[in-house]
Parts: sequence; C-alpha cells; structure tokens
Amino acid sequence: MTVNELLPLAVIASSLIPGLIIFTLPERQVAVRTTLNLAGAVTKILLTGLLLIGVVSGESFAVRYTVAPGLELVFKADALALLFVSLSATLWLFTTLYAIGYLEQAPHRSRFFGFFSLCVTATMGIAMAGNLFTFFIFYELLTLTTFPLIVHRGNAKALRGGTVYLGYTLGGGAVLLVGIVWLHHLAGQTDFVQGGMTALLDSAPRLHLQAIFLLLIAGVGVKAALVPLHGWLPQAMVAPAPVSALLHAVAVVKAGAFGVVRIVYEIYGIESARNLDLLAPLAMVAGVTILWGSGRALFQDDLKKRLAFSTVSQVSYIVLGVALFGMAGTVGGLAHLVHQGVMKITLFFCAGNYAESLGIHKVSEMNGGGRRMPLTSLAFAIGALGMMGAPMTAGAVSKAWLNQGAMDAGMDWAVWVLTGSSLLNAAYFLPILYRLWLRPAPAEWPHERIPARGWRETDWLLLLPPLATAGTVLLASLFADAAISPLSLARLIGRMEYLEPSP
Amino acid sequence: MPDDLFDPLVWLILLPILWAVLTFLPGPGRGAVVAIVSLCLQLGCAVRLTADIIAHGARTHLAGGWPAPLGIPLAADGLAAAMLVLTQAVGLAVALYARSYFRDGSSLWFWPLTGFLFAGMNGLFLSGDLFNLYVTLELVGLAAVGLVANGGKAEQAAAALRYLMASLIGSGAYLFGVALVYGACGTVALDHLAGMISAPVPPALWLAFALMAAGLLLKTALFPLHYWLPPAHGDAPAPVSALLSALVVKASFYLFLRLWLGPFACLVALAPMLAWLPALLGSAAVLYGSWMAIRAERLKMLIAYSTVAQLGYLFLIFPVFGGGALALQAGLLHATAHGTAKAAMFIAAGTLIRVGENDSVRGMAGVANQLPVTLFAFALAGVSLMGLPPSGGFLAKWLLIDAALSSGQLWIAVVAITGGLLASVYIFRVLHLAFRVPDGREELRPRPVPAAMEWTALLLATASVGLGLFAMPLFALLERVGT
Amino acid sequence: MSSGLLFAIVGCLLFVFGLGGVILLDHLLRRILAFNLMGSGTFLVLVGLAQRDGTPDPVPQAMVLTGIVVAVAATALALALARRLHTGASNPPPPANPTCRDDRHA
Repeated sequence: MTVNELLPLAVIASSLIPGLIIFTLPERQVAVRTTLNLAGAVTKILLTGLLLIGVVSGESFAVRYTVAPGLELVFKADALALLFVSLSATLWLFTTLYAIGYLEQAPHRSRFFGFFSLCVTATMGIAMAGNLFTFFIFYELLTLTTFPLIVHRGNAKALRGGTVYLGYTLGGGAVLLVGIVWLHHLAGQTDFVQGGMTALLDSAPRLHLQAIFLLLIAGVGVKAALVPLHGWLPQAMVAPAPVSALLHAVAVVKAGAFGVVRIVYEIYGIESARNLDLLAPLAMVAGVTILWGSGRALFQDDLKKRLAFSTVSQVSYIVLGVALFGMAGTVGGLAHLVHQGVMKITLFFCAGNYAESLGIHKVSEMNGGGRRMPLTSLAFAIGALGMMGAPMTAGAVSKAWLNQGAMDAGMDWAVWVLTGSSLLNAAYFLPILYRLWLRPAPAEWPHERIPARGWRETDWLLLLPPLATAGTVLLASLFADAAISPLSLARLIGRMEYLEPSP
Repeated sequence: MPDDLFDPLVWLILLPILWAVLTFLPGPGRGAVVAIVSLCLQLGCAVRLTADIIAHGARTHLAGGWPAPLGIPLAADGLAAAMLVLTQAVGLAVALYARSYFRDGSSLWFWPLTGFLFAGMNGLFLSGDLFNLYVTLELVGLAAVGLVANGGKAEQAAAALRYLMASLIGSGAYLFGVALVYGACGTVALDHLAGMISAPVPPALWLAFALMAAGLLLKTALFPLHYWLPPAHGDAPAPVSALLSALVVKASFYLFLRLWLGPFACLVALAPMLAWLPALLGSAAVLYGSWMAIRAERLKMLIAYSTVAQLGYLFLIFPVFGGGALALQAGLLHATAHGTAKAAMFIAAGTLIRVGENDSVRGMAGVANQLPVTLFAFALAGVSLMGLPPSGGFLAKWLLIDAALSSGQLWIAVVAITGGLLASVYIFRVLHLAFRVPDGREELRPRPVPAAMEWTALLLATASVGLGLFAMPLFALLERVGT
Repeated sequence: MSSGLLFAIVGCLLFVFGLGGVILLDHLLRRILAFNLMGSGTFLVLVGLAQRDGTPDPVPQAMVLTGIVVAVAATALALALARRLHTGASNPPPPANPTCRDDRHA
C-alpha cells in the first residue's frame, strides 16, 4: 500500500478511531475526550493540507477494494473531493470546540462526541468516494450517525424530529439505491469520471438515462433539501446548536449538494446532461427552492427555523450553479459550497450563543442583544450580510459568479431569482440586525445562563468559533484570488470538468 | 486410511453426536464446556472443508465405502460448505452466550438437544441423497421442538406442540414425495437424479415435487404457512430462539434450493411460472411479517415476526435465476447475513429482557442505557436487517435488485426496497427507546451482566456487518456449486 | 390388479386421510394418530414399490424401517408434550439457586 493510497484512508481514520475510542470513555473523563477530539481534528486538517498540496501539483490519490465480483469500494481524493474535505475538516475543528463549550455538564457527552466523530467520518467518505457505490455506503452511514445526534436530548419533540428525519432520509436513500443499481446494471460500474461516462451515455436509451437521473437527484435531493423534499430540515432543528451547525454547514445538506455535483459532472457530464435536457428542469427546481425557502424564512419567528429555511434556499444556489451550463455557473456553485458553509455555520454558532447565554430562541426576543453580546452579534451581522451578498463578503463573490453563469447559459430568469432571493434575504436578516443593535433590551432575558462579567459576554469556547468563521467569510472574499482560496479551487475543478473549452 | 480418518466431512457429523451423548450423561444442565470445545473443532473442520472446496471443487464421501443406491453418499459443494461455516460459527457464538445465560440452572437438557440439532443440520448440509435428507430433516425438527419445550412451562409446551405438528406434516409430505421419486426413478441419490429426470416428466414426479416443496415451505415458515414460527421463536429461551431463527429455518430453505437447482431443475425449466409462487408468497411474507413486527407488543415477538419477513426475501430469488449467478449470490449472502444478524438480535434481546425483567418493547427504554454494548449489537444487527450499508444485508439487497433488473422482474426490486423501509420502522421502534430520557418510573439499578453475554452478541452483529465488506470467500465458494 | 398397485392406492388413501386428520382435527391424540396414519400410508407405498419387480428391492424396505423408527420417536415426543400440556406439570424443578427467577423466563 503506497503513501498515496494510505492518505485517503488516513483522513477517514483520523475521525473514525477517536470516535470509536470516545464511545468507550466514561462521562467524567473530559480531558481525555477533549484531547482525542482535538487531536483527531488537527490531524485531519494536516492530512487534508498534504492532500491539497499533492492534488494541486498533479498527484493522484486513489485506493480500490473489491467487495463483490463487479463491485468495488473506491476512495479518490481529487480536487472536487478536497473542496468538500477541506471545508468539513476545518469546520469540524471549530464545531468541536463549540460543542465542548456548549455541552458542558450535559448528559451523554461520550455518546454525543462518538457519533459526532462518526458523522464526520461518514462525510469524509462521501467526499472522497470514487464511485456511486462507495458514495451510497457513506451516504446512508451519514443518516445513521446523525440520527443519534438529532435525538440527543431525548424528549418527545426530539424523538419526533428524529422520526421525521429518518422517514425522509431513508426514503431518499431507497430511491437513490434503485437509481444506482440501475445505473450499475446498465454500465457495469458507477465510477466518477471527469466529464462523465460518455461511453454509456452514447449507447443507453434516452428515457432510461433520464429516469435514472430523476431517481438519483431525488435521492440526494432529500439531503440537499430540494423542494418538496425539504420537510425534515426545519424539524431537525430540535437538535442542540452544534448539531444544527454541523448538519447545515458541514455534513448532511452539503453531502446532498455534493451528490448533485458529482452526479451532474462526473456521472453524466455537463455536456451530456444538457443534451438529455436535464439541466433546465434541475435549474427550475433549484429556482423554486431558492424562492420558496427564502419566502418561508420570512414568516418564522423561531430563529433556528428561520435559519433552516434560509439553508434550504442557499443550498439550492449550489444546485443552480451546477445546472447552469458554463464555466462561470460551475465555479459559482462550487465556490458557494464552501462560502455558504462558513456563513451558515457562523449564523448557527451565534444562534446557539443567544440560546445558551440568554435563553433567546425567537427573533422577537432578540431586542438589544447587540449591546449585551457585541462580538456574537458582530459575527452574526457578518454572516447575515454574506447571505445577502453584501460586498466584501464571501457571499458576494459566489453570487457574482452565479449571476454571470446565469447570463452565460442564457437563463436570464435565474438572475431574477438570485436577485429576488437577495432581497428576501435582506428582508429577513436586516430586521434581526435592527433588533439587535437599535432596539432597547428587555428588563430581563428569558433565561440568562451565562452572566456577563466585565468584557466577557459568554464562554470563550462559544465565542471563538463564530468569530473565526466570520473572519473566514471576510477573508474568502478579500483573498478570493489567492491560490488557496475556495474560489481558486473551484476554478481549478471547473476547468477539469468540461470536455471542450467552455464559452 | 490416515487421510480419511480426519476427513472433515465425517467429523462434522460425528462430533456433535459425540458431545450430545457426553453432555447428556452427567445430568441436566451440565456440559457447556464440552460443547464449546467441540464447536470450535467443528468450526475448524468447516473452514478446512471450505478451503478444500475452493481449491479443488466439490467433494463426496461414501459412508462405509458403500456406493449409492444402497449406501449413503455424503457430498459437499460450495453452497453446503458456506452453510456449514455459518452453522458452526453462529453455533459457537450462541453456545458461548448460552453458557452464561443458563448459569442459573434453567438449561436442563439444552446441551444434548443442541448437540443432536447440530448433528442433524451438519448431516443435512452434507447429505447426498433424498432419504438421508429426510432423516436429518426429521432429526433437526425433533431436536428443535425439544429445545423449544425444554424450559418446562405450559406455554412453551403449547408452542412446541404446534411446531411439532407443523414439522411432522412437512416432513411427512416430503417423505411421500421421496417415495414417489423412488417409484419413478429407481434411485434417490441427488447426483443420479439430476441426470435422470428429463422431459417428458411423469405425473408422479410433478406430484412429488409439489409435495416436497409444500413440506419444505411449511418448515421454512413461508407465508401463509408461518403460523407456528412466532410462538415457537417468541416463547423459547433466547439462545434457543437464536438457533431456530438463524439456522434451523435456513436448513429447510437450503433443501428447497437444492431440490430446485438439482433434481427438479428440469421441471422448473418446463414451467418457469412456477417460480412466481414462492416469490409472490415471499413478497406477502415480507409485507405481513414487517406489519406484524411493527405492531408487536413483546420484543421477542417483534424479532420473530421479523424472521417471517426476512425469510420472505429468500424466496424472492427464484424468479430471477435467469439473471446469472446473481440470484444465488443474493440468496446465500442474505441467508448468511440474516443468520448472524438474527442470532445477534435474539441474544441481545435475551440480555435486555433478563436485565430489565420485562419483555415488552416499551420496557426497553430504561434498560437500554445500562447495556450499551448489547444495545450497539442490537443496532448493528438491525442495520444488516434493514439492508443499510455497509452490511451483508445491504450487499444481498444490492445483488437481488441487480438480479431483478437483469431478469426484467422489476417488482422484486420494489419488494426488496419496501421491505427494507418497513424493517427500519420496527427496528427504530426499539432503538428510539434507547435515546429516550427515562422518566422517573424506570429505576436505573445497575446489574452486572457477564461479559460473554454482551460480547457474543456484538461479535455476531459485527460479523453480519463485516459480511458486507469481506464476502469474497463466499463468492469463491459459490463458483463451486453442484458436483 | 397387482399387489404393488393395490399397496400404492391404499397407501395414497391412507396418506391423504392422515394428512387431512392432522390438519383438520382438533383433538390432540387423534392428530397424533392421524400422523401415524400418514406415515403408514407412505410406508405402504414404499413396500409396494419394493415388490414391483420379481425380486424384493432392499432399498425401500430399509427406508421403511428407518421411517418407522423416526415415526416412533416423533410420536413419543408428541405424546410427552401432549401430556405436559394436559397436566401443566413440568419435570423436576431446576436446582435451587439464589439468582434463579422461576417466574420469568426469557
């Protein structure tokens, strides 16, 4: 086994092994657990860095294993995989820190952090999957490992949310499986190949290919929260804040969107997808989701639910970018995968802070929060501005590329959708900012758990992650042209996915 | 000859008989260690046999050197070897569990009966002629009934009696079929019969096939002939339920499969629509069994109805044999994955019920948190039953769907997927409770549980999941099917 | 009509009656008797087969002997279970043991 084969497996092991060990630890061994968590997270980032350097200089990292005659488990760390891996690895570190602070004294922490690590392991597997078979295995593993996190609190509401989650995701998984087996049956394999499986696509009947596409997209669309398969996402908000952060920025929803990317670019290929008339319907579904999600968000008073619907909307930017034929659309969608991740996680961290420190769960309770928790509110503001596409934020960068892509693809209606969504984003985020900074605070907060002491507004473990990710939102925009920015990586990938030089 | 003296074929049958007698002589409740040591040896024999078959192809052994039709031929091909390894492996794990489980002395004659059960099962997998198959089938049935009745309670006697009657009807029909076959062909040796039966087929053989199939389907509890299974598996002690659900029902399925692929292959080729009957009944079994499991009040009843549903899957492979080797691979992999997973589930349930002193599904809420290893074993086994990756159950489901697509029988793929979703409903019914915060009523009194009880369940469950990744030897064996 | 054919027909009839009895009857002892009838029918068919040529065929005779042994064992088991069901009594209780719980089996 060469080093190149070992590295992808090591990335997976870096969270799998700590996770398994953490399960066996008794509750009170906080120090051991924290060390394992952080060691795993740091190791993963280091390994990701190695992989990134390797991929940028043209090396390939792949490992195969035969499970059954004709079925192989394949891990391949290519540029697209690393886009997702680097996002997950970095955000995992921050979420781990946040979770340690958030769950101090909470019951069942060993169980929580065990499944937390397994969840990230599953995400890594999804990112580095080299064919649909491997992708599916880790996709379902992700469902299984996130369920205990959602129902962690154990009350009736949490269990109900978990049941809804399972219903949607297992159903989506079943549909996905049918599509994958059908594809495997037609093609003999389901490998992800840059440019798509051109040989198959020339020979198989058109209707079959379109039907398989529908099944595949429906399957991954559940996790990607495409309307009308998005119903589980607001229900899953019963989870503790670190879980919501992880689900919405790093793991589940991104996995769905990533699946769409892989299917369109590396199973069908963007040119074939256009020839089969698959891109226009996909773009329309994405458009509907964008507007629907933003629209529903306007009417939510519960902060996390508002953010949930915002996620529904924002993740479809990625799907829209994928469906827009042309380099600009591709780059915009891929960059937004990372940008939306950092922005949303910032918002969820802040929402968690408000809930934990002051007992605030609703937007209507947030009056005056800015003065009580200035740094948190600053991070929130940066994240919200990014969502709106304000200049100097990461959101602005990806939106610009997406708009360009819409015009390149001749889908001018998409520009209107994007603009409409930005306006709606402003409509549901600006009032929050107004309340935070410009309204007087109430006499008493709903449930102040962490009292302010001098400069300290909340626990530092809860404060550092949102500030760091908010900083990343700004950095991703300011240094968008640097070699290691998400945008540059997206452009690298985009160049490789098109068979002919694109317009 | 020195070579024949250590022939694994022979020892696989002899050893269980030996330890059945040895564990009987000291009196009730004794003999666990002898059984466990012997099962280890048997597992070694099975593995050696497997290696032999992969290397050299199918094997035969003539008992006493007498050739058929007078003698009793023993035969082992890939399919038989795979079933043998499954049987010994699951048996060893369950035996380790049972030793701790029955420490309170309630085992009575568990060990001798289990010994005869294994002798019968090994004999069944190794038999090369129809009549010997009848004898071993009957031995397995009687031993299994004995195990169910072993506890001594009245409801166990009722369940055992119902099981016995079903078993006797099944094997009675089978025997009549054997008589008809002998009348038509003059031999009962499997390898001779395969060549002998060709078109046109006399009516006696059609009747024989119908009777033998019906008898075996009754013994495999295919819907609607499943009525005896839930009480028998649900009321028996946990190790017994594990052996019954995991292994005994697979023995009659194996026999049915053997008949379908061997002597009666010609009849099947003449009437392909015949394959639809087991498949339709199997689909009904999947739906009905899952429905009853979802509604079950008692944990062991839930698991027993789950067996009814999972057995239905096995019969879905019959219409899709046209798709090449996939159908057989799917069937065997499913049988193996289900065997290990169901055994794990029953023994995990046994531990949970014993510690919680409550056998209802609702009662699992309090105890699940005290036994994390057992609960994890239950969850892993559930993953395989639901057909979620990366388990053996998932790989079997994949192969089944692929086979269905290859033969154009799409409805089988739909049934497989639906069954998986229904299974997740009843599995998560139990797993949900593990996460529920117990309200004050449930005491959390810690109670020590022997490590063997928890870790054997986990071992079996891990094996079931591991089959999804390490099944290549199984596929190698399946290339050596048929003499 | 040759004796072989006679045996075969009677054997089939016995088998059918026996099978019907096991399935349809309620009384436990009668069901056990019906099972024995089923077995006898099968044995009769086999015996008929044994004498269809001039010389007696040993194989079906061996099968019948084995079958009778199996039927006897099965009948004994059935009767023992029927008796236990009827009287509700169990065999001697397991040895006294402080951790043993009689009233709960699992």
